[in-house]
Amino acid sequence: MTAPALRLVDVSKSFGRTEIVRDVNLEVSRGERHAIIGPNGAGKSTLFNLISARFPVSSGRIELNGDDITSLRAFEINRRGLSRSFQITNIFHNLTVFDNVRCALLWSLGYRYSFWRRLSALADARERADEVIQRIGLRRRRDTLASTLSYAEQRALEIGVTLAGGADVVLLDEPTAGMSRSETEEAVALIRRVSEGKTLVMVEHDMGVVFGLADRISVLVYGRIIATGTPAEIRANPAVQEAYLGTSRAHA
Amino acid sequence: MKPPPPLLTARRLLMWGGYLALILLAPLLSRSGYWLSLLSQVAIMTVFALSFNMLLGQTGLLSFGHAVYYGLGAMITMHALIAVNQHVVPIPVTLLPLVGGLGGLVFGVLLGYVTTRRAGTTFAMISLGIGEMVAASSLMFPAFSGGEGGLSSNRVIGKGWFGITYGPQIQIYYLIALWGFACVVAMYALAHTPLGRIANAVRDNPERAEFIGYNPQVVRFLMVVLAGFFAGVAGGLTALNYEIVTSESLHAYTSGLVIMMAFVGGVGYFFGPILGALLITVLQMAVSSLTAAWLFYFGLLFLVVVLYAPGGVASVVVEHRRLWHAGVLGRLAPAYLLAALPVLLVGAGVVAVVETVYRLMKEDSARLRVLGFTLDASRGLFWVAVVAAIALGMLLLRKVARTVSDERHRAYATLRQERT
Repeated sequence: MTAPALRLVDVSKSFGRTEIVRDVNLEVSRGERHAIIGPNGAGKSTLFNLISARFPVSSGRIELNGDDITSLRAFEINRRGLSRSFQITNIFHNLTVFDNVRCALLWSLGYRYSFWRRLSALADARERADEVIQRIGLRRRRDTLASTLSYAEQRALEIGVTLAGGADVVLLDEPTAGMSRSETEEAVALIRRVSEGKTLVMVEHDMGVVFGLADRISVLVYGRIIATGTPAEIRANPAVQEAYLGTSRAHA
Repeated sequence: MKPPPPLLTARRLLMWGGYLALILLAPLLSRSGYWLSLLSQVAIMTVFALSFNMLLGQTGLLSFGHAVYYGLGAMITMHALIAVNQHVVPIPVTLLPLVGGLGGLVFGVLLGYVTTRRAGTTFAMISLGIGEMVAASSLMFPAFSGGEGGLSSNRVIGKGWFGITYGPQIQIYYLIALWGFACVVAMYALAHTPLGRIANAVRDNPERAEFIGYNPQVVRFLMVVLAGFFAGVAGGLTALNYEIVTSESLHAYTSGLVIMMAFVGGVGYFFGPILGALLITVLQMAVSSLTAAWLFYFGLLFLVVVLYAPGGVASVVVEHRRLWHAGVLGRLAPAYLLAALPVLLVGAGVVAVVETVYRLMKEDSARLRVLGFTLDASRGLFWVAVVAAIALGMLLLRKVARTVSDERHRAYATLRQERT
């Protein structure tokens, strides 16, 4: 039996006395598209930050392909094949689209901290970068500074930078946040295209996107996972309905 | 696979060939010793300023203590020169700058390990602290630093390769120029390697760099070490040039000077610090021989650049080159000519005040003779005239600035139209 691509065991996180994530257990098998949903402030982004080591966990264990990665640093986890995108676009603003993507794949091609190789002579890096740029639909913007791209283009680049290194476990944090209907549709098509054969975990608010893309869904409420299942199971789950209705009743 | 782009394009050959020809032929322009020492100093400062910009411009690290590597490189080179003079080690003088570079590199490893743990303001403060510590300890270890008097030795050891003794200044100039050229090429090449580009990525967004597999701390550390090497070479060249090194070479003043060169030249472009080193060194040597108030003018220049051309001289050059290529630069000429008069008025007024006041302070005489006129700061009329000139100049400048800015907007609009 192969280990799940990603496994969280009793993961908790507190900031001071406030518990944001409580005893989360989650298994994502290889090749699965897994969505995490839940009301605002449920701890979804924090969960991503824990998995990718942006924050340390307070307790619990995280495994990537069966290896414990709980105490590793972000770049070490990335080198082991987990990559993530950010809810607020997090790219290299003063580099071109091409250089953003090329930087993102240098480590995986083994160039590391090389200061004796000429960058423009690295044909594999150039061609891989151009491939990625083609796939994210930014070919016409290849030599544009990232800071001058439109919002939707920056979001596409965000995904390109996340995927360029060839990680096989990809976390996408609200990839369609702030997009128009048509932009969202394009983004979904893009995610579908680029996540082919990869394990995908995404936080997403747009239920249309979630139910259209995900194989399985976990529902996070007040830092706890209250249900995990296929889209049909989640839709039919009374606890989920209660949680969503409950929060809307609380707001009312 | 497509073949990689050629290393030597016609444009690059022309650019680098031109640069090399310039530094090789420049000494022929004048036979005065002053000219040669100016050129030598420019070449040394070019390397120093570029090494500083490997940190600031390329990696986003503002160091207030970069002179540490320069000064230590100079001292280590001096010790090597002394050892060579005493026949302890047989290193040819030609290769001594390398010793300075290796010294800078070693100290880059030692100090960089401490400084690069954090970026941003923390890095700046740590670099300032380390700079002060090293400067203070240089006086605590007089055997190493030479104490108050500094270290000195003799670079003329005997005939080396091709009968070169490094006795005449022209020979040492060519040594400096060629080492300088090699360093500039090396630093340019370094900016175009995987590490160089990742340093840019770390500058822009260190957090994201971690999520593409890079440890920003290692990137910063490597850049500090490499910048330390080049600063050390610059120090080594200084040691050979002057045959004396004092602890001033690693003081905050020297660190400040290199910051100014980089800023005035422009940190956003590779060639910016080259322009800055040239401009500041020329000012330093030319203006300091004309007036005691040269440091004041330095401060003023720095202020003007930071306020009105924050990208430095380089960005102004690049901007105008773009307009030139678009064929719209000529349209700006009348506006610029119009601006010259108020700029001259304000400039002359400020200079008159500064010079007479300095004179009053230093020599107790407020009289200054310029072009047959006598300026006398002890007379009320002088102040009326000066204040009037500055005020009028400012007033005109405000009006003209409008015209200039309008013209520039128009030029850019044309530029954009032609693109689409």
